[in-house]
Amino acid sequence: MARAWVYGDNIDTDALAPGHTLVMPLDEMASHCLEALDPTFAGEVKPGDVFVAGENMGMGSAREVAPSALKHLGVSVVLAKSFARIFYRNAFNVGLPVFFFPQADEIHMGDDLIVDILTGKVHNLTTDKTYHVTPLPPHLAGIIRDGGLIPHLKKKLIKQ
Amino acid sequence: MALTLVQKILARAAGRDSVSPGDIVTAQVDLLMAHDSSGPRRWMPHLEALGAPLKDPNKIVIVTDHFVPAVDPQSAAILKTTRDFVKSQGIQHFYDMQGISHIVLPEHGFLKPGMFVCGGDSHSPTGGAFGCYIAGFGYTDMVAIAVTGETWVQVPETIRVNWSGAFGAGVAAKDVMLFLCRELGMDNSFKVVEFGGDMVRAMDMAERMVLTNMAAELGCDTGLIEPDETTLIHIKAHGGAVDGDALSWRSDAGAPYTALHHFDASALEPHVAAPHSPANSAPVTEHSGQSVDQCYIGACTGAKLSDLHMVAEVLKGRCVSPQTRLLVAPASTKTTAAAAADGTLEILTAAGAILLPTGCGACAGMGAGVLADGEICIASINRNFKGRMGHANSQVYLASPYTVAASALAGRIADPRDVL
Repeated sequence: MARAWVYGDNIDTDALAPGHTLVMPLDEMASHCLEALDPTFAGEVKPGDVFVAGENMGMGSAREVAPSALKHLGVSVVLAKSFARIFYRNAFNVGLPVFFFPQADEIHMGDDLIVDILTGKVHNLTTDKTYHVTPLPPHLAGIIRDGGLIPHLKKKLIKQ
Repeated sequence: MALTLVQKILARAAGRDSVSPGDIVTAQVDLLMAHDSSGPRRWMPHLEALGAPLKDPNKIVIVTDHFVPAVDPQSAAILKTTRDFVKSQGIQHFYDMQGISHIVLPEHGFLKPGMFVCGGDSHSPTGGAFGCYIAGFGYTDMVAIAVTGETWVQVPETIRVNWSGAFGAGVAAKDVMLFLCRELGMDNSFKVVEFGGDMVRAMDMAERMVLTNMAAELGCDTGLIEPDETTLIHIKAHGGAVDGDALSWRSDAGAPYTALHHFDASALEPHVAAPHSPANSAPVTEHSGQSVDQCYIGACTGAKLSDLHMVAEVLKGRCVSPQTRLLVAPASTKTTAAAAADGTLEILTAAGAILLPTGCGACAGMGAGVLADGEICIASINRNFKGRMGHANSQVYLASPYTVAASALAGRIADPRDVL
Protein backbone atom coordinates (compact mmCIF):
# COMPACT_ATOMS: atom_id res chain seq x y z
CA MET A 1 0.00 0.00 0.00
CA ALA A 2 1.31 3.40 -0.94
CA ARG A 3 0.22 6.96 -0.54
CA ALA A 4 -0.66 9.04 -3.59
CA TRP A 5 0.93 12.46 -3.95
CA VAL A 6 -1.28 14.22 -6.48
CA TYR A 7 -0.32 17.35 -8.39
CA GLY A 8 -1.60 19.16 -11.47
CA ASP A 9 -0.52 19.78 -15.04
CA ASN A 10 2.90 20.98 -16.20
CA ILE A 11 5.00 19.96 -13.20
CA ASP A 12 8.38 21.25 -14.40
CA THR A 13 11.85 19.94 -13.71
CA ASP A 14 12.89 23.26 -12.19
CA ALA A 15 10.30 22.52 -9.49
CA LEU A 16 11.56 18.95 -9.08
CA ALA A 17 15.24 19.95 -9.04
CA PRO A 18 15.69 23.73 -8.56
CA GLY A 19 18.62 25.33 -10.40
CA HIS A 20 20.34 26.43 -7.20
CA THR A 21 20.53 22.79 -6.04
CA LEU A 22 22.36 21.51 -9.12
CA VAL A 23 25.74 21.80 -7.38
CA MET A 24 24.54 19.65 -4.46
CA PRO A 25 24.89 15.91 -3.92
CA LEU A 26 21.67 14.03 -4.77
CA ASP A 27 20.70 13.50 -1.13
CA GLU A 28 20.76 17.23 -0.39
CA MET A 29 19.22 18.17 -3.75
CA ALA A 30 16.32 15.76 -3.23
CA SER A 31 15.44 17.51 0.03
CA HIS A 32 14.53 20.56 -2.13
CA CYS A 33 12.38 18.55 -4.55
CA LEU A 34 9.11 20.39 -5.32
CA GLU A 35 9.82 23.03 -2.62
CA ALA A 36 8.37 25.87 -4.71
CA LEU A 37 5.05 24.00 -5.13
CA ASP A 38 4.70 21.91 -1.98
CA PRO A 39 7.33 22.43 0.73
CA THR A 40 6.02 19.38 2.67
CA PHE A 41 6.57 16.84 -0.12
CA ALA A 42 10.29 16.06 0.21
CA GLY A 43 10.08 15.69 3.97
CA GLU A 44 6.98 13.53 4.10
CA VAL A 45 7.03 11.27 1.03
CA LYS A 46 7.74 7.65 2.01
CA PRO A 47 9.43 4.79 0.17
CA GLY A 48 6.91 3.14 -2.17
CA ASP A 49 4.66 6.21 -2.53
CA VAL A 50 3.12 7.06 -5.89
CA PHE A 51 3.46 10.41 -7.68
CA VAL A 52 0.36 11.33 -9.72
CA ALA A 53 0.26 14.27 -12.12
CA GLY A 54 -1.82 15.69 -14.95
CA GLU A 55 -0.68 16.68 -18.43
CA ASN A 56 2.93 17.28 -19.47
CA MET A 57 4.58 15.84 -16.36
CA GLY A 58 8.27 16.77 -16.15
CA MET A 59 8.27 19.59 -18.69
CA GLY A 60 11.20 21.92 -19.07
CA SER A 61 14.87 21.38 -18.44
CA ALA A 62 16.50 18.08 -19.45
CA ARG A 63 17.93 17.69 -15.95
CA GLU A 64 17.83 14.00 -15.17
CA VAL A 65 18.21 14.70 -11.46
CA ALA A 66 14.47 15.52 -11.53
CA PRO A 67 13.37 11.85 -11.78
CA SER A 68 16.47 10.87 -9.77
CA ALA A 69 15.26 13.06 -6.90
CA LEU A 70 11.80 11.43 -6.97
CA LYS A 71 13.37 7.98 -6.99
CA HIS A 72 15.81 8.92 -4.25
CA LEU A 73 12.92 10.09 -2.05
CA GLY A 74 11.30 6.68 -2.51
CA VAL A 75 8.70 7.34 -5.21
CA SER A 76 8.07 3.91 -6.75
CA VAL A 77 6.10 4.90 -9.84
CA VAL A 78 4.76 8.02 -11.56
CA LEU A 79 1.28 8.08 -13.11
CA ALA A 80 0.38 11.03 -15.33
CA LYS A 81 -2.01 11.94 -18.12
CA SER A 82 0.98 12.76 -20.32
CA PHE A 83 4.73 13.25 -20.03
CA ALA A 84 7.32 15.58 -21.47
CA ARG A 85 9.53 13.46 -23.72
CA ILE A 86 12.88 14.05 -22.00
CA PHE A 87 11.46 13.39 -18.53
CA TYR A 88 9.78 10.25 -19.83
CA ARG A 89 13.08 8.86 -21.15
CA ASN A 90 15.06 10.02 -18.11
CA ALA A 91 12.68 8.33 -15.68
CA PHE A 92 13.17 4.92 -17.29
CA ASN A 93 16.90 5.53 -17.58
CA VAL A 94 17.20 6.06 -13.81
CA GLY A 95 14.99 3.02 -13.18
CA LEU A 96 11.79 4.88 -12.23
CA PRO A 97 8.76 3.40 -14.05
CA VAL A 98 6.19 5.87 -15.33
CA PHE A 99 2.81 5.16 -16.92
CA PHE A 100 0.31 7.14 -18.96
CA PHE A 101 -2.75 7.35 -16.73
CA PRO A 102 -5.70 9.25 -18.26
CA GLN A 103 -7.79 8.85 -15.07
CA ALA A 104 -5.36 10.89 -12.92
CA ASP A 105 -8.23 13.21 -11.89
CA GLU A 106 -9.87 10.28 -10.07
CA ILE A 107 -6.94 9.99 -7.66
CA HIS A 108 -6.83 12.40 -4.73
CA MET A 109 -4.02 13.54 -2.49
CA GLY A 110 -3.47 10.92 0.19
CA ASP A 111 -5.41 8.07 -1.47
CA ASP A 112 -4.02 4.60 -0.78
CA LEU A 113 -2.89 2.91 -3.98
CA ILE A 114 -1.48 -0.41 -5.04
CA VAL A 115 0.32 -0.25 -8.41
CA ASP A 116 1.56 -3.46 -10.00
CA ILE A 117 4.04 -2.36 -12.64
CA LEU A 118 4.24 -5.83 -14.17
CA THR A 119 0.51 -6.34 -14.77
CA GLY A 120 -0.30 -2.63 -15.13
CA LYS A 121 -3.05 -2.86 -12.48
CA VAL A 122 -3.71 0.25 -10.38
CA HIS A 123 -6.00 -0.28 -7.38
CA ASN A 124 -7.23 2.77 -5.48
CA LEU A 125 -8.07 1.32 -2.05
CA THR A 126 -9.59 4.60 -0.89
CA THR A 127 -12.23 4.66 -3.64
CA ASP A 128 -12.06 0.91 -4.35
CA LYS A 129 -11.61 1.53 -8.05
CA THR A 130 -9.34 -0.51 -10.27
CA TYR A 131 -7.62 0.68 -13.43
CA HIS A 132 -5.47 -0.98 -16.06
CA VAL A 133 -2.64 1.03 -17.62
CA THR A 134 -1.06 0.25 -20.97
CA PRO A 135 1.92 -2.01 -20.25
CA LEU A 136 5.41 -0.75 -21.00
CA PRO A 137 6.71 -1.33 -24.53
CA PRO A 138 9.47 -3.98 -24.66
CA HIS A 139 12.39 -1.54 -25.10
CA LEU A 140 11.38 0.27 -21.89
CA ALA A 141 10.28 -2.78 -19.90
CA GLY A 142 13.78 -4.20 -20.39
CA ILE A 143 15.38 -1.06 -18.97
CA ILE A 144 13.14 -1.17 -15.87
CA ARG A 145 13.73 -4.90 -15.40
CA ASP A 146 17.48 -4.30 -15.33
CA GLY A 147 17.20 -1.34 -12.93
CA GLY A 148 17.93 1.47 -15.38
CA LEU A 149 19.70 2.14 -18.66
CA ILE A 150 23.27 1.77 -17.41
CA PRO A 151 22.86 -1.75 -15.93
CA HIS A 152 20.73 -2.63 -19.00
CA LEU A 153 23.47 -1.46 -21.35
CA LYS A 154 26.18 -3.14 -19.29
CA LYS A 155 24.36 -6.46 -19.66
CA LYS A 156 24.16 -5.95 -23.42
CA LEU A 157 27.84 -4.99 -23.69
CA ILE A 158 28.90 -8.09 -21.72
CA LYS A 159 26.83 -10.31 -24.03
CA GLN A 160 28.59 -8.82 -27.03
CA MET B 1 5.01 8.01 -49.86
CA ALA B 2 5.20 11.71 -48.98
CA LEU B 3 7.33 12.32 -45.87
CA THR B 4 7.88 15.22 -43.52
CA LEU B 5 11.42 16.51 -42.99
CA VAL B 6 11.78 14.78 -39.63
CA GLN B 7 10.64 11.46 -41.11
CA LYS B 8 13.30 11.78 -43.84
CA ILE B 9 16.03 12.53 -41.31
CA LEU B 10 15.02 9.65 -39.02
CA ALA B 11 14.69 7.24 -41.96
CA ARG B 12 18.23 8.13 -43.01
CA ALA B 13 19.58 7.87 -39.46
CA ALA B 14 17.83 4.52 -38.96
CA GLY B 15 18.97 3.13 -42.31
CA ARG B 16 15.43 2.72 -43.62
CA ASP B 17 13.64 3.85 -46.75
CA SER B 18 10.83 5.34 -44.76
CA VAL B 19 9.50 5.70 -41.22
CA SER B 20 6.04 6.57 -39.89
CA PRO B 21 4.99 8.52 -36.80
CA GLY B 22 4.88 6.19 -33.80
CA ASP B 23 7.58 3.83 -35.11
CA ILE B 24 10.32 3.06 -32.58
CA VAL B 25 13.60 3.08 -34.49
CA THR B 26 17.29 2.93 -33.63
CA ALA B 27 19.07 5.97 -35.05
CA GLN B 28 22.78 6.41 -35.63
CA VAL B 29 23.90 9.66 -34.04
CA ASP B 30 25.95 12.14 -36.09
CA LEU B 31 26.93 14.53 -33.30
CA LEU B 32 26.64 14.83 -29.51
CA MET B 33 26.70 18.06 -27.53
CA ALA B 34 27.19 18.13 -23.76
CA HIS B 35 27.74 20.96 -21.29
CA ASP B 36 29.32 21.32 -17.88
CA SER B 37 26.11 20.79 -15.90
CA SER B 38 24.82 17.56 -17.48
CA GLY B 39 28.06 16.50 -19.18
CA PRO B 40 31.35 15.05 -17.92
CA ARG B 41 30.63 15.32 -14.18
CA ARG B 42 27.50 13.19 -14.67
CA TRP B 43 28.97 10.98 -17.41
CA MET B 44 32.05 9.86 -15.49
CA PRO B 45 30.43 7.58 -12.89
CA HIS B 46 28.35 5.94 -15.64
CA LEU B 47 31.34 5.44 -17.94
CA GLU B 48 33.20 3.90 -15.03
CA ALA B 49 30.29 1.55 -14.30
CA LEU B 50 30.15 0.52 -17.95
CA GLY B 51 33.91 0.18 -18.31
CA ALA B 52 33.47 1.15 -21.95
CA PRO B 53 35.24 3.83 -24.00
CA LEU B 54 33.66 6.70 -25.94
CA LYS B 55 32.84 5.37 -29.39
CA ASP B 56 34.09 8.43 -31.27
CA PRO B 57 35.40 11.47 -29.35
CA ASN B 58 35.44 13.44 -32.62
CA LYS B 59 31.66 13.39 -32.72
CA ILE B 60 31.42 15.00 -29.28
CA VAL B 61 31.29 18.74 -28.63
CA ILE B 62 31.72 19.87 -25.01
CA VAL B 63 30.80 23.39 -23.94
CA THR B 64 31.04 25.04 -20.52
CA ASP B 65 28.13 27.43 -20.15
CA HIS B 66 26.16 26.72 -16.95
CA PHE B 67 28.65 27.23 -14.12
CA VAL B 68 30.78 29.84 -15.89
CA PRO B 69 32.63 31.69 -14.62
CA ALA B 70 32.99 29.80 -11.34
CA VAL B 71 31.45 31.67 -8.43
CA ASP B 72 32.28 29.26 -5.60
CA PRO B 73 34.43 26.18 -4.96
CA GLN B 74 31.60 23.84 -6.06
CA SER B 75 31.15 25.42 -9.48
CA ALA B 76 34.93 25.67 -9.87
CA ALA B 77 35.21 21.94 -9.19
CA ILE B 78 32.52 21.14 -11.78
CA LEU B 79 34.40 23.17 -14.39
CA LYS B 80 37.71 21.53 -13.48
CA THR B 81 36.11 18.10 -13.81
CA THR B 82 34.86 19.09 -17.27
CA ARG B 83 38.29 20.32 -18.39
CA ASP B 84 40.08 17.27 -17.00
CA PHE B 85 37.63 14.94 -18.75
CA VAL B 86 38.08 16.67 -22.10
CA LYS B 87 41.85 16.35 -21.77
CA SER B 88 41.86 12.72 -20.66
CA GLN B 89 39.40 11.62 -23.37
CA GLY B 90 41.18 13.48 -26.17
CA ILE B 91 38.07 15.50 -27.09
CA GLN B 92 39.07 18.14 -29.65
CA HIS B 93 35.82 20.08 -29.86
CA PHE B 94 35.88 21.91 -26.52
CA TYR B 95 34.54 25.45 -26.02
CA ASP B 96 35.41 26.68 -22.56
CA MET B 97 33.43 29.77 -21.47
CA GLN B 98 32.94 30.74 -25.14
CA GLY B 99 29.18 30.97 -24.95
CA ILE B 100 25.93 29.08 -24.53
CA SER B 101 26.12 25.67 -26.20
CA HIS B 102 23.11 26.21 -28.48
CA ILE B 103 24.75 29.35 -29.87
CA VAL B 104 28.27 27.92 -29.97
CA LEU B 105 27.31 24.91 -32.15
CA PRO B 106 26.21 26.97 -35.18
CA GLU B 107 28.90 29.60 -34.55
CA HIS B 108 31.40 26.89 -35.39
CA GLY B 109 29.54 25.33 -38.30
CA PHE B 110 28.74 22.02 -36.57
CA LEU B 111 25.14 21.77 -37.76
CA LYS B 112 23.92 21.04 -41.25
CA PRO B 113 20.69 19.89 -42.87
CA GLY B 114 19.74 16.23 -42.45
CA MET B 115 21.89 15.52 -39.38
CA PHE B 116 20.68 13.57 -36.35
CA VAL B 117 22.07 15.31 -33.27
CA CYS B 118 21.66 14.64 -29.55
CA GLY B 119 22.17 17.46 -27.07
CA GLY B 120 22.38 17.15 -23.31
CA ASP B 121 20.03 20.09 -22.74
CA SER B 122 16.35 20.81 -23.33
CA HIS B 123 17.04 23.81 -25.56
CA SER B 124 19.04 21.75 -28.03
CA PRO B 125 16.16 22.18 -30.55
CA THR B 126 17.64 25.64 -31.24
CA GLY B 127 19.87 24.00 -33.84
CA GLY B 128 16.84 22.70 -35.75
CA ALA B 129 16.83 26.08 -37.51
CA PHE B 130 19.54 24.50 -39.67
CA GLY B 131 17.25 21.73 -40.96
CA CYS B 132 18.59 18.98 -38.72
CA TYR B 133 16.97 16.85 -36.01
CA ILE B 134 18.47 17.97 -32.72
CA ALA B 135 16.72 17.11 -29.48
CA GLY B 136 17.47 17.21 -25.78
CA PHE B 137 18.42 14.10 -23.81
CA GLY B 138 19.26 13.40 -20.18
CA TYR B 139 22.79 12.43 -19.23
CA THR B 140 22.25 8.69 -18.94
CA ASP B 141 20.90 8.64 -22.49
CA MET B 142 23.88 10.76 -23.54
CA VAL B 143 26.37 8.34 -21.99
CA ALA B 144 24.71 5.40 -23.73
CA ILE B 145 24.87 7.33 -27.02
CA ALA B 146 28.50 8.31 -26.45
CA VAL B 147 29.37 4.64 -25.93
CA THR B 148 27.19 2.97 -28.58
CA GLY B 149 26.77 5.76 -31.15
CA GLU B 150 23.02 5.15 -31.35
CA THR B 151 19.72 5.60 -29.54
CA TRP B 152 16.04 4.74 -29.78
CA VAL B 153 13.61 7.31 -31.10
CA GLN B 154 9.86 7.32 -31.39
CA VAL B 155 9.21 8.89 -34.78
CA PRO B 156 7.29 12.09 -34.00
CA GLU B 157 4.30 13.58 -35.71
CA THR B 158 4.85 16.96 -37.37
CA ILE B 159 2.93 20.17 -36.66
CA ARG B 160 3.44 22.67 -39.47
CA VAL B 161 3.19 26.36 -38.64
CA ASN B 162 3.25 28.86 -41.51
CA TRP B 163 3.72 32.58 -40.99
CA SER B 164 3.06 35.04 -43.77
CA GLY B 165 3.43 38.82 -43.91
CA ALA B 166 5.96 41.02 -42.16
CA PHE B 167 6.40 42.10 -38.54
CA GLY B 168 5.34 45.57 -37.51
CA ALA B 169 7.76 47.78 -35.56
CA GLY B 170 8.88 46.37 -32.22
CA VAL B 171 7.83 42.77 -33.00
CA ALA B 172 10.30 39.90 -33.13
CA ALA B 173 10.55 36.09 -33.32
CA LYS B 174 10.20 35.96 -29.54
CA ASP B 175 6.68 37.37 -29.82
CA VAL B 176 5.85 34.61 -32.30
CA MET B 177 6.83 31.96 -29.77
CA LEU B 178 5.05 33.55 -26.79
CA PHE B 179 1.94 33.72 -29.00
CA LEU B 180 2.38 30.09 -30.10
CA CYS B 181 2.88 28.81 -26.55
CA ARG B 182 -0.59 30.14 -25.80
CA GLU B 183 -2.14 28.97 -29.09
CA LEU B 184 -0.63 25.48 -29.30
CA GLY B 185 -0.06 24.82 -25.59
CA MET B 186 3.06 23.33 -24.05
CA ASP B 187 2.09 19.65 -24.15
CA ASN B 188 3.26 18.57 -27.61
CA SER B 189 5.51 15.66 -26.66
CA PHE B 190 6.41 13.13 -29.33
CA LYS B 191 5.69 15.77 -31.95
CA VAL B 192 7.95 18.21 -33.75
CA VAL B 193 7.08 21.65 -35.04
CA GLU B 194 8.15 22.74 -38.51
CA PHE B 195 8.17 26.48 -39.17
CA GLY B 196 7.65 27.91 -42.66
CA GLY B 197 6.04 30.60 -44.73
CA ASP B 198 7.43 33.75 -46.29
CA MET B 199 7.92 35.49 -42.93
CA VAL B 200 10.21 32.67 -41.75
CA ARG B 201 12.02 32.66 -45.11
CA ALA B 202 12.70 36.38 -44.66
CA MET B 203 14.24 35.87 -41.20
CA ASP B 204 17.98 35.63 -40.62
CA MET B 205 19.34 32.55 -38.84
CA ALA B 206 19.48 34.28 -35.45
CA GLU B 207 15.73 34.97 -35.49
CA ARG B 208 14.95 31.50 -36.86
CA MET B 209 16.88 30.06 -33.91
CA VAL B 210 14.47 31.80 -31.53
CA LEU B 211 11.60 29.86 -33.13
CA THR B 212 13.32 26.48 -32.83
CA ASN B 213 14.76 27.30 -29.39
CA MET B 214 11.28 27.71 -27.96
CA ALA B 215 10.00 24.55 -29.64
CA ALA B 216 11.15 23.27 -26.24
CA GLU B 217 8.46 25.41 -24.55
CA LEU B 218 5.84 23.96 -26.89
CA GLY B 219 6.92 20.61 -25.47
CA CYS B 220 7.95 19.45 -28.94
CA ASP B 221 10.82 16.98 -29.39
CA THR B 222 12.40 19.62 -31.56
CA GLY B 223 11.65 22.39 -34.06
CA LEU B 224 12.80 22.33 -37.66
CA ILE B 225 13.11 24.82 -40.50
CA GLU B 226 13.69 23.59 -44.03
CA PRO B 227 17.06 24.86 -45.27
CA ASP B 228 17.34 27.56 -47.93
CA GLU B 229 20.11 29.79 -49.25
CA THR B 230 20.11 31.78 -45.98
CA THR B 231 20.87 28.56 -44.10
CA LEU B 232 23.67 27.46 -46.41
CA ILE B 233 25.32 30.89 -46.52
CA HIS B 234 25.33 30.99 -42.72
CA ILE B 235 26.84 27.50 -42.40
CA LYS B 236 29.60 28.24 -44.91
CA ALA B 237 30.36 31.61 -43.31
CA HIS B 238 30.89 29.81 -39.99
CA GLY B 239 33.33 27.21 -41.26
CA GLY B 240 30.82 24.43 -41.91
CA ALA B 241 30.69 22.15 -44.93
CA VAL B 242 27.50 21.90 -46.97
CA ASP B 243 26.56 18.78 -48.92
CA GLY B 244 25.42 19.11 -52.54
CA ASP B 245 21.98 17.77 -51.65
CA ALA B 246 21.53 20.00 -48.58
CA LEU B 247 18.45 21.76 -49.97
CA SER B 248 16.69 18.43 -50.54
CA TRP B 249 16.13 18.14 -46.79
CA ARG B 250 12.57 19.38 -46.85
CA SER B 251 9.09 17.98 -46.39
CA ASP B 252 7.46 16.51 -49.47
CA ALA B 253 4.39 18.07 -51.00
CA GLY B 254 1.43 16.36 -49.37
CA ALA B 255 3.48 15.28 -46.33
CA PRO B 256 1.31 13.98 -43.48
CA TYR B 257 1.17 16.88 -41.03
CA THR B 258 -0.80 16.17 -37.88
CA ALA B 259 -1.85 19.84 -37.81
CA LEU B 260 -1.37 22.77 -40.14
CA HIS B 261 -1.57 26.37 -38.90
CA HIS B 262 -1.40 29.69 -40.75
CA PHE B 263 -0.77 32.97 -38.98
CA ASP B 264 -0.35 36.55 -40.17
CA ALA B 265 2.82 38.20 -38.86
CA SER B 266 1.58 41.70 -39.64
CA ALA B 267 -1.23 41.24 -37.09
CA LEU B 268 1.09 40.09 -34.31
CA GLU B 269 1.60 42.45 -31.38
CA PRO B 270 4.53 42.47 -28.94
CA HIS B 271 3.74 39.77 -26.36
CA VAL B 272 4.48 39.25 -22.69
CA ALA B 273 4.12 35.97 -20.81
CA ALA B 274 3.16 36.52 -17.18
CA PRO B 275 4.39 34.28 -14.33
CA HIS B 276 4.75 31.32 -14.22
CA SER B 277 4.32 29.94 -17.72
CA PRO B 278 5.37 30.86 -21.27
CA ALA B 279 1.81 29.91 -22.29
CA ASN B 280 0.43 32.63 -20.01
CA SER B 281 0.98 35.21 -22.73
CA ALA B 282 -0.95 38.23 -23.96
CA PRO B 283 -0.28 41.42 -25.92
CA VAL B 284 2.09 43.70 -23.97
CA THR B 285 -0.67 46.26 -23.44
CA GLU B 286 -2.36 43.88 -20.98
CA HIS B 287 0.63 44.13 -18.64
CA SER B 288 1.79 47.71 -19.33
CA GLY B 289 2.53 49.55 -16.12
CA GLN B 290 3.58 46.50 -14.09
CA SER B 291 6.67 47.65 -12.16
CA VAL B 292 9.84 45.58 -12.59
CA ASP B 293 12.83 45.32 -10.25
CA GLN B 294 15.05 43.83 -12.93
CA CYS B 295 15.25 43.71 -16.72
CA TYR B 296 17.35 40.84 -18.05
CA ILE B 297 18.75 40.27 -21.52
CA GLY B 298 20.30 36.83 -21.68
CA ALA B 299 20.10 33.11 -22.48
CA CYS B 300 20.17 31.09 -25.68
CA THR B 301 16.85 32.69 -26.68
CA GLY B 302 17.52 36.37 -26.28
CA ALA B 303 21.15 37.52 -26.11
CA LYS B 304 22.58 37.00 -29.59
CA LEU B 305 23.98 39.93 -31.58
CA SER B 306 20.60 40.51 -33.26
CA ASP B 307 18.98 40.65 -29.80
CA LEU B 308 21.53 43.18 -28.55
CA HIS B 309 20.83 45.23 -31.69
CA MET B 310 17.12 45.33 -30.75
CA VAL B 311 18.06 46.52 -27.26
CA ALA B 312 20.37 49.19 -28.67
CA GLU B 313 17.69 50.40 -31.07
CA VAL B 314 15.46 51.12 -28.08
CA LEU B 315 18.12 52.44 -25.69
CA LYS B 316 20.10 54.68 -28.04
CA GLY B 317 20.46 58.14 -26.49
CA ARG B 318 18.23 57.19 -23.53
CA CYS B 319 18.79 56.03 -19.94
CA VAL B 320 17.61 53.05 -17.91
CA SER B 321 15.07 54.15 -15.28
CA PRO B 322 16.43 54.48 -11.73
CA GLN B 323 13.37 52.41 -10.71
CA THR B 324 14.91 49.26 -12.20
CA ARG B 325 18.18 47.70 -13.39
CA LEU B 326 19.12 46.29 -16.78
CA LEU B 327 21.48 43.29 -16.87
CA VAL B 328 22.89 42.00 -20.16
CA ALA B 329 24.62 38.61 -20.48
CA PRO B 330 25.68 38.18 -24.14
CA ALA B 331 25.10 34.66 -25.49
CA SER B 332 28.69 34.11 -26.60
CA THR B 333 32.10 35.75 -26.56
CA LYS B 334 31.76 36.18 -30.34
CA THR B 335 28.55 38.11 -29.66
CA THR B 336 30.36 40.34 -27.17
CA ALA B 337 33.24 40.95 -29.58
CA ALA B 338 30.92 41.81 -32.47
CA ALA B 339 28.79 44.05 -30.26
CA ALA B 340 31.94 45.85 -29.08
CA ALA B 341 33.19 46.28 -32.64
CA ASP B 342 29.95 47.71 -34.05
CA GLY B 343 29.28 50.14 -31.19
CA THR B 344 26.34 48.24 -29.68
CA LEU B 345 27.98 47.75 -26.29
CA GLU B 346 28.73 51.46 -26.05
CA ILE B 347 25.05 52.30 -26.55
CA LEU B 348 24.04 49.74 -23.92
CA THR B 349 26.54 50.79 -21.28
CA ALA B 350 25.96 54.51 -21.92
CA ALA B 351 22.29 53.86 -21.17
CA GLY B 352 23.23 52.26 -17.88
CA ALA B 353 23.07 48.55 -18.75
CA ILE B 354 25.22 46.28 -16.58
CA LEU B 355 27.27 43.76 -18.58
CA LEU B 356 27.43 40.23 -17.16
CA PRO B 357 29.62 37.28 -18.15
CA THR B 358 28.55 35.09 -21.05
CA GLY B 359 26.70 31.93 -20.05
CA CYS B 360 23.31 30.51 -19.06
CA GLY B 361 23.52 32.50 -15.84
CA ALA B 362 20.36 33.68 -14.12
CA CYS B 363 18.11 32.06 -16.72
CA ALA B 364 19.13 28.73 -15.20
CA GLY B 365 18.90 30.11 -11.66
CA MET B 366 22.66 30.20 -11.24
CA GLY B 367 25.39 32.82 -11.50
CA ALA B 368 24.88 36.56 -11.69
CA GLY B 369 21.46 38.20 -11.70
CA VAL B 370 19.25 35.82 -9.72
CA LEU B 371 16.17 37.23 -8.00
CA ALA B 372 15.25 37.81 -4.35
CA ASP B 373 12.01 36.89 -2.55
CA GLY B 374 9.20 38.91 -4.10
CA GLU B 375 11.24 40.50 -6.88
CA ILE B 376 9.78 40.95 -10.35
CA CYS B 377 11.80 40.64 -13.54
CA ILE B 378 11.12 40.97 -17.25
CA ALA B 379 13.50 38.86 -19.30
CA SER B 380 14.34 37.89 -22.87
CA ILE B 381 14.78 34.26 -21.72
CA ASN B 382 12.60 31.28 -22.68
CA ARG B 383 10.89 30.04 -19.53
CA ASN B 384 9.51 31.57 -16.36
CA PHE B 385 8.59 28.59 -14.21
CA LYS B 386 8.15 29.35 -10.53
CA GLY B 387 11.54 29.83 -8.89
CA ARG B 388 13.46 29.29 -12.14
CA MET B 389 15.44 32.56 -11.93
CA GLY B 390 16.12 32.56 -8.22
CA HIS B 391 13.87 32.71 -5.15
CA ALA B 392 10.75 30.54 -5.25
CA ASN B 393 8.65 33.67 -4.67
CA SER B 394 10.20 35.75 -7.42
CA GLN B 395 8.24 36.43 -10.61
CA VAL B 396 9.41 36.50 -14.20
CA TYR B 397 7.68 38.01 -17.24
CA LEU B 398 8.96 36.86 -20.64
CA ALA B 399 9.27 39.24 -23.58
CA SER B 400 11.31 40.14 -26.64
CA PRO B 401 14.54 42.16 -26.35
CA TYR B 402 12.59 45.18 -27.66
CA THR B 403 10.01 44.92 -24.89
CA VAL B 404 12.60 44.24 -22.16
CA ALA B 405 14.58 47.30 -23.26
CA ALA B 406 11.48 49.51 -23.41
CA SER B 407 10.57 48.29 -19.92
CA ALA B 408 14.07 49.14 -18.68
CA LEU B 409 13.57 52.76 -19.80
CA ALA B 410 10.21 53.00 -18.05
CA GLY B 411 10.94 50.97 -14.91
CA ARG B 412 7.72 49.12 -15.66
CA ILE B 413 6.48 46.87 -18.44
CA ALA B 414 6.22 49.06 -21.51
CA ASP B 415 5.23 48.76 -25.16
CA PRO B 416 8.31 49.09 -27.42
CA ARG B 417 6.13 50.56 -30.18
CA ASP B 418 5.87 53.73 -28.07
CA VAL B 419 9.63 54.35 -28.14
CA LEU B 420 10.65 53.06 -31.55
